[in-house]
Amino acid sequence: MNVVLNGEPTTLADGATVESALVALDLPGAGRGVAVAVDAEVVPRGQWAKTELHEGARVEILRAIQGG
Amino acid sequence: MAVTDTNTDALTIAGKTLSSRLLLGTGGFRSLDALAGALTVSGSELVTVALRRIDPGQHGSIVDVLDTAGVQLLPNTAGCFTARDAVLTAKMAREAFETNWVKLEVIGDERTLLPDAVALLEAAEELVDDGFIVLPYTNDDPILARRLEDVGCAAVMPLGSPIGSGMGLLNTYNLRLIRERAGVPVILDAGVGTASDAALAMELGFDAVLCATAVSRAEEPETMARAIRLGVEAGRLAYRAGRIPRRLYAQASTPEEGFPEY
Repeated sequence: MNVVLNGEPTTLADGATVESALVALDLPGAGRGVAVAVDAEVVPRGQWAKTELHEGARVEILRAIQGG
Repeated sequence: MAVTDTNTDALTIAGKTLSSRLLLGTGGFRSLDALAGALTVSGSELVTVALRRIDPGQHGSIVDVLDTAGVQLLPNTAGCFTARDAVLTAKMAREAFETNWVKLEVIGDERTLLPDAVALLEAAEELVDDGFIVLPYTNDDPILARRLEDVGCAAVMPLGSPIGSGMGLLNTYNLRLIRERAGVPVILDAGVGTASDAALAMELGFDAVLCATAVSRAEEPETMARAIRLGVEAGRLAYRAGRIPRRLYAQASTPEEGFPEY
């Protein structure tokens, strides 16, 4: 399955979930300070493991940085 | 006669009481250690944080640093140029940081980083309706400040001058009008270059000052954090004390009565 992960075309296994995308970024079980959106909709932390991605999904995984 | 004590002069925003009237922005520090040091010295209890795409080279966690310091997080929507992006970023921040507070920024121009007034108001209204505690970074426009309050913002945060410019308070007339008319806390956000800028804002009656660059890019961030903290406290005390009116001519402070004739 091909998705766009943080702007980069990325291939994940069929049936991949949001959690799989986090693993692809070396962030399994990410804690506070991380948020995920799929197709411009926020996916709550509790849904990461059961939210399946689809072909062409636009996944944004953000993390806390210094700013403001 | 009683002397006003800054320790009992707390600031309340949306029901949250803060004993420090200095809000610290975390942008621009050379390292998380430098941030942690300045944060401690600043005494700030409400601290901004941002969200960006994961950078594999990133080391350390700013959230851990801020949690260790025991401060409340104020996520921002820096870098957003549309109401849509700002609203989505605020929702991402709510998920990431488990807070419904947001420093709302909707930027209109890359060169000046001045707010886009129309998009800012639109985003503010949508976020308030969604249950957010919205603290908007706004222009020094008294009418816009009133409109932001009208849609339910918990505070208004007018700029003194553009972000990171260090030019201080360019339009004290407008800033004074905003303070006079507002029914919510007014926080000076952006433009502070040094301690006297912070003091001036507080002397105008502002409820708090938010600054980042002035501290983070100072040659000695911790020293500047202390200076600005003292500036905020001094300005607040001066405001509470009630300054003398400005006069065109001198007024002798030594009585003329009893002056000898030699």
